Amino acid sequence: MAFDETKHDYKVIGTRPVRPDGIDKVTGRALYGADLSAPGMLTAAILRSPHAHAKIVKIDTSKAEAMAGVKAVVTSRDFGLPEDQDLRDTQDNCMARDKVLYDGHAVAAVAAINAQVAKAALKAIEVEYEKLPHVIDVDDAMKGDAPLVLEGRALETVPEGWSQNVTNYCEFGHGDLDDGFARADLIVERSFKTGATHQGYIEPHACLASMGPDGRGELWCCTQGQYMVREVCAGIMEIEASQLKVTPSEIGGGFGGKTTVFIEPVALALSRKAGRPVKLVMTREEVFRASGPTIHSSTDVKIGMTKDGTITAARADLRYSGGCYPNGTCEMGAQAAFAPYDLKAVRTYGWNALTNRPKEISYRAPGAPTAIYAVESVVDEMCQKLGLDPVDVRLKNAADKGTKSSYGVTFEDIGLKATLEAAKAHPHYTAPLGPNQGRGLSCGFWFNFGGNASVTLSVNTDGTVNVTEGNPDIGGSRASISMIAAEELGIGYDRVRTIVADTTSIGHSDTTDGSRVTFTVGLATIKAARDAKTKMCARAAALWGIDPEAVEWVDGAAQPSGPNAGKFPPMSLAEIAAVSFQTGGPIAGHHESNADGAGVSFGVHLCDIEVDPETGASKVVRYTVFQDAGKAIHPDYVEGQLQGGAVQGIGWALNEEYIYGEDGILQNPGFLDYRVPVASDLPPIDTVILEVPNPGHPYGVRGVGETSIVPPLAAIANAMSRGAGVRLTQLPMSPPRVLSALMAKG
Amino acid sequence: MKSIPVSTTVNGDAVDFVCAPGETLLDALRNRLSLTGAKEGCGTGDCGACSVTLNGRLVCSCLVLAAEAEGAEVGTVEGMADHDKLHVLQQSFLDHAALQCGICTPGILVASKALLEENPEPTDEEVRYWLAGNLCRCTGYDKIVRAVQDAAAKMRSA
Ligand code: FES
Ligand code: FES
Repeated sequence: MAFDETKHDYKVIGTRPVRPDGIDKVTGRALYGADLSAPGMLTAAILRSPHAHAKIVKIDTSKAEAMAGVKAVVTSRDFGLPEDQDLRDTQDNCMARDKVLYDGHAVAAVAAINAQVAKAALKAIEVEYEKLPHVIDVDDAMKGDAPLVLEGRALETVPEGWSQNVTNYCEFGHGDLDDGFARADLIVERSFKTGATHQGYIEPHACLASMGPDGRGELWCCTQGQYMVREVCAGIMEIEASQLKVTPSEIGGGFGGKTTVFIEPVALALSRKAGRPVKLVMTREEVFRASGPTIHSSTDVKIGMTKDGTITAARADLRYSGGCYPNGTCEMGAQAAFAPYDLKAVRTYGWNALTNRPKEISYRAPGAPTAIYAVESVVDEMCQKLGLDPVDVRLKNAADKGTKSSYGVTFEDIGLKATLEAAKAHPHYTAPLGPNQGRGLSCGFWFNFGGNASVTLSVNTDGTVNVTEGNPDIGGSRASISMIAAEELGIGYDRVRTIVADTTSIGHSDTTDGSRVTFTVGLATIKAARDAKTKMCARAAALWGIDPEAVEWVDGAAQPSGPNAGKFPPMSLAEIAAVSFQTGGPIAGHHESNADGAGVSFGVHLCDIEVDPETGASKVVRYTVFQDAGKAIHPDYVEGQLQGGAVQGIGWALNEEYIYGEDGILQNPGFLDYRVPVASDLPPIDTVILEVPNPGHPYGVRGVGETSIVPPLAAIANAMSRGAGVRLTQLPMSPPRVLSALMAKG
Repeated sequence: MKSIPVSTTVNGDAVDFVCAPGETLLDALRNRLSLTGAKEGCGTGDCGACSVTLNGRLVCSCLVLAAEAEGAEVGTVEGMADHDKLHVLQQSFLDHAALQCGICTPGILVASKALLEENPEPTDEEVRYWLAGNLCRCTGYDKIVRAVQDAAAKMRSA
């Protein structure tokens, strides 16, 4: 049978059923990373550097090893030296080799009969350090005389003349900038700085490892990608991937922060050495000091505009630091900065510099929020100076289908104009403001990714279906995948159960990141369901004694495709499944592929804030998110992504920041001093979902998870500028910073 | 250090355990009684993931010593449903998709139940201030507030 490439009449897609893992999660039964125990299990703890940068002269573990109840101690000496540089960086980040590169860098670990003994043993480990000068700020790190975090790590693309801390450099854009600026009536050039933030998932990293001397192991952990964990850990432990079974626990938030390993190889090494299962759970302080926060950044933006609001030229210089190892987040920032605009002349330049901070790992749309904060702040300032409506100016310059983007690709159907128009038409846009209040808006953008996925869809003899997939469910994806399978097969949602499998149960899937799961796994599920339908049609054809090509699948049943095919009553999925053992055996559909066509996503946020002129404290009083989802499979969870991302962005804008002392030590490694938004800080977060179908997906789905963190930073800065008359070019816009800006304004 | 024997009631069941003098109630619940519904998000009283009730009072179990449970009544998320019948709040959280990852959910449910026992008709602002000690990083709280209010309305009309 053949399939229409696109589908429009939905029965299940777009409804809001209860998620399959829901009851476990409201009753406390769901098992997260730290919730599993094993017979004979030991408890592990990690000793961490008290210095920002130091040479490890000597580590003496003998006293700890001699303590009663201590079963294993490991240091970098217990690990090999992987050839692959990225793997070596990951390993060195899990356990420092010659130098500690940041406050909190692991230097040794202990497994003991209980947590008390493990902690006492850490105190008995003697480490001799030779302190080295450190560098924390990106602009300092790029200077020629900066202390060097690592040497010889610059990529070939980095031009001569920079500090060796500069590891990555990139350039994007097209057109003649000089000509563009010459045609402008107004040119504004501004510089911005943003602090590093943390994903702030409520579940600390946790794992339970069990490994024998034969190189076979099992690992239970909270991760966004069990296959990633397997590949990295097998590489570090020098074992075969097939011998390491990684089972993803339920995951208590990730937002990109659980797309690498921090403790898993350490737990495996301890388990191998002790010959017993080992549980290792980070404390919150360890999460802040030694997991993977975001980049911090320093950005210059220059834009030229004519009096009618046409942007004639745009340039951004983006300097990022992703901590102590090289990373390419600057490329994503440099590509995203001007993505919402259709520009004749645009150029972006991106740098990454090493600093003595923990290694950055993804956080929702990595690189984009700070880049777009800078650009959208300048655009807003220009709208104010020229007396133009901020939505109109964005509509005038908005990227659309056929636009050659600032990073080179030509856009297909995109929803930016639709979100801008929806924002303009929304009552929020024209609602009256109270005293000390201002309204701001910003566009946002994210690329979205496809990638590898494996899906098996088994048709059970009772007419139910199991979908087996390999992507941890962070925010309701099992519900969406079940809905897609039900839709495609023409059966009820409650007839499908989707499970996220361990690494031995199904083939590789890439990590849950890049807003890719509903798109990529959903696509693989559609194709697996179509594979199963083809097989079921063939079974029916065999029973009817007709050509399988003459059978089609309609409303959950096989039926002859026309009067010439023969006259037989339709056979439902349940009927075909019930006789499957007599017609050739069990029925399952499969799909394994590397998907592209993810379809970029745009959003617009509208925000009202109120600034207290006495204290500089700001409060968000109204907030509306407009975003193109392509097609919302389960609207509740799309709304949830929009709301959650918006609130993380609000935190980034107003409160959150890694604060370092002169000594390079992190000053606020806890939720008391690193303050994420709480319920009483916030208004309702209203959402408007636009559906401009992605041509790369049969239902039009686009990823939705990341774009929503991008606009809040500028939306709030713009609201503050319009409400309080101060333009904050440094994040977070904390009360002291706002107050001093207010006082400077007078 | 000598262990301390503790006799207490958890979700209506009499239980005995021994604990170390410095051990938290959260650790005892999770590690000694296998009640892993309460989570440790911070261990310092800042996230509310470990919320339980102690003699009816809402507490962060990471800040309570296990030994303090002697003779007390402890309530955890595992005790909210009546056998196979979910509590109105639990059902409401499912119906409103008020959880994404769900790690904050046990603590928020316990805290919301305590709120509605004290104030069956809270304003949105009262819900938000009551839950200000319970961090949720996924949802932005919007659907949580709606779920609590819907449950409150159902409980009032029940
Ligand atoms: S674990 Fe108790 S408040 Fe966070
Ligand atoms: S649902 Fe993830 S922290 Fe609340």
